[in-house]
Amino acid sequence: MICSLRQLQVNDKATVTAVNAGGEMGRRLRDMGLVPGTAIEIVGRAPLKDPVALRLRGFTLTLRNNEADYIYVDKKAPTA
Amino acid sequence: MNNCTIAFAGNPNAGKTTLFNTVTGSHHHVGNYPGITVERKEGHVQFAGTQLNIIDLPGCYSLTAYTQEELVARQVLVEERPDLVINVVDASKLERHLYLTVQFLELGIPVVLALNMMDDVRSQGITINVEALAKGLGCDVCPTIARNGEGKQNLLQQAIKTTNERQGKWQPLHISYGPDIDPVLNEMEQLINERNFLTDKYPARWSAIKFLESDENLVEQGSYDQTTSSQLQQIVTNLRDHCEKTLNSFPEAIIADYRYGFIHALLRKNVITFPEKEYRFDVTDNLDKFLTHRVLGPSIMVFLLYAMFQITFAFGEYPMQLLAFLFSSLADFVSRVIPAGYLQSLLVSGVIDGIGGVLSFVPLIMIMFIMIAFLEDSGYMARVAYMMDKVFRTFGLHGSSVMPFIISGGIAGGCAVPGVMAARTLRSPREKLATILTAPFMPCGAKIPVFLLLIGAFFSEYKALIMFSITLVAWMIALLIARLLRSTLIKGESTPFVMELPPYRWPTLRGVMIHTWERTAEYIKKAGTVILAISILLWAAMTFPGQTAEQATAYQSQQQQLQQMMEQATTPQQQQQYSIALIDLEKQQGAATLKNSAAGKLGTMLEPLSKWAGFDWRTNIALLGGVAAKEVIVSTLGTAYSLGAVDSDASTNLSERIANDPHWNPIAALSAMLFVLLYAPCFVTIVVIARESNWKWACFALIFNSAVAFSLATIIFQAGKLVS
Repeated sequence: MICSLRQLQVNDKATVTAVNAGGEMGRRLRDMGLVPGTAIEIVGRAPLKDPVALRLRGFTLTLRNNEADYIYVDKKAPTA
Repeated sequence: MNNCTIAFAGNPNAGKTTLFNTVTGSHHHVGNYPGITVERKEGHVQFAGTQLNIIDLPGCYSLTAYTQEELVARQVLVEERPDLVINVVDASKLERHLYLTVQFLELGIPVVLALNMMDDVRSQGITINVEALAKGLGCDVCPTIARNGEGKQNLLQQAIKTTNERQGKWQPLHISYGPDIDPVLNEMEQLINERNFLTDKYPARWSAIKFLESDENLVEQGSYDQTTSSQLQQIVTNLRDHCEKTLNSFPEAIIADYRYGFIHALLRKNVITFPEKEYRFDVTDNLDKFLTHRVLGPSIMVFLLYAMFQITFAFGEYPMQLLAFLFSSLADFVSRVIPAGYLQSLLVSGVIDGIGGVLSFVPLIMIMFIMIAFLEDSGYMARVAYMMDKVFRTFGLHGSSVMPFIISGGIAGGCAVPGVMAARTLRSPREKLATILTAPFMPCGAKIPVFLLLIGAFFSEYKALIMFSITLVAWMIALLIARLLRSTLIKGESTPFVMELPPYRWPTLRGVMIHTWERTAEYIKKAGTVILAISILLWAAMTFPGQTAEQATAYQSQQQQLQQMMEQATTPQQQQQYSIALIDLEKQQGAATLKNSAAGKLGTMLEPLSKWAGFDWRTNIALLGGVAAKEVIVSTLGTAYSLGAVDSDASTNLSERIANDPHWNPIAALSAMLFVLLYAPCFVTIVVIARESNWKWACFALIFNSAVAFSLATIIFQAGKLVS
């Protein structure tokens, strides 16, 4: 299921399908390894629900929700 | 002996600085790159008959022109052309860290990869085939553990060997960027080579890639050759249109995809094997469950910061008292050895009081820095930024504004100078400016002595509570003013937050110590130079021109009269009476001298205004001096009081004197503390603000902050007077 990264819940796993950001924001996201095909997992949210913390390529990255909006992901069905 | 220049480079949190410290020991030098405030660290070490000059480049994720750190790293490589780059990577996050490595290889500079944090790799059950990695990348790879020095010898040997083999020759790596980009890239490369466009500095293909990435810095450098530059731009524009229409993407995005693709493919060729069962980041994950928990996280944060005050004061008090005692003994000694007069006055009131006032706070500042270094190195500081971002954004700032605020004294005891400098990591000029202008509101280490002095005089039972409240008030006002600025003078959109949360690590003693020492040395250096000079200058301003001739004559005749009467006195009671009268006369004369001095005149001139906030002319002198450097406030008050009251008994400390002065009372003390907290940044900070923005904003900070401080101090004082 394709959705934006903002819609993911803590512990959800997904694969990045598109990063629709250009310019500085896009460059920053790519430098940190957010490119299509990257597997991610939401590991937490800040006390005020924003920013969100996600794990990818063996490290933890934090993003604001309005930045997460640029990133589209393919959400994996939860494995019980 | 051979000479060899090596640049240490890598992502933030790769252990680069730890490795640098391990390799160079204490033989390093910290400076700044000209014109900007990125720190330049250099170290020297002799190894196997070779003199190694090591530059610790600022940490960066990429070689774009995104931050000043990245630009500096690139400039050093291109302009200074070191013999070799030791690229420090966190082996447990190899895939992302290699993204920077690949860019070094594309630039062509000789690289040795320091595969750092091998202990983490082992404990996570990951295996890395070092030979295969070296073969895939085409550069040498040395496993290291910076924290305990493992692999250091091998790394340096390899570095020297590679340097000798390559002899400074650059060999750019060519990566395929796919069917859409590659032909264009070849075309551009050919054009660049034909015209010798920037080829003295950059490999042709690298320039071409940077043009495709719309790298502002390189495009600007290329503007010397308008024809070639615009031809290249035209090619880029065509490709950009093509990519947008057919692939719904941008050239720089495709380039990044292929770079990661190259790394991914390389790692899959038996280079890296992960354990069957996915590694859980146990320690960090479990800690984060508490430390960034919705309710627990912020509570723990406030508790930790509060505990820091308690610890600092508990441990800092004894060495502080010892130093204060040493300096007052020294002043006593000098008073006895040197006869009374200008020289004695200069040495005691100008030099010893000035330096002593500053140095006695070094222990406190060291303890503060130890704790800040601990929080930074442990990874907790990043969590603070993560937890606070939502709040900061509400006030028009950025989660990363936490750093400048904390370093400036958000955890009391910092310094606005490095604090303002720390704001350079903020990419958005608007958030950066708002942070720079409001960070000096924080209770820096130099303001603390003033607070301690006044707390000691009026609120000694509530020391920690008041210090904590001062910090909270500083944060509140800084944030509110930031919001005000961001919705009036500095309007505009916010910048990306995108930040790494490093795993929790137990900081190394050595790392914390080096960090603490560097910052303390900075403070002492400032104290030793600027403040000594200002202290002497202020002493002169407070001593000259002295009393008028008429005053002097009148005083002398009065004195003679009293002395005569004392000699003629018959009873001991009468004698005592006259001797008290003599001392009183001396006190009045001392006060008259100060009042008639240059500083006294200015302070008196301002008194009609400053009395609204409860400050007398003595406080005014001290506060004026504080604009030069906040450290001066206490020493100036000390000088003012020791000059004004002639029978200066060394054991009566300044706190007591202030407590006994009728001009002071608890309300005036609160008003003064608020004013000192908020008013004009010290001169050094103003210079740094000017460097980080421009002189217009620096002058704005001087006037605006003072106005804010004076208004609030006046409100407090007037309200306090009404209530009491």
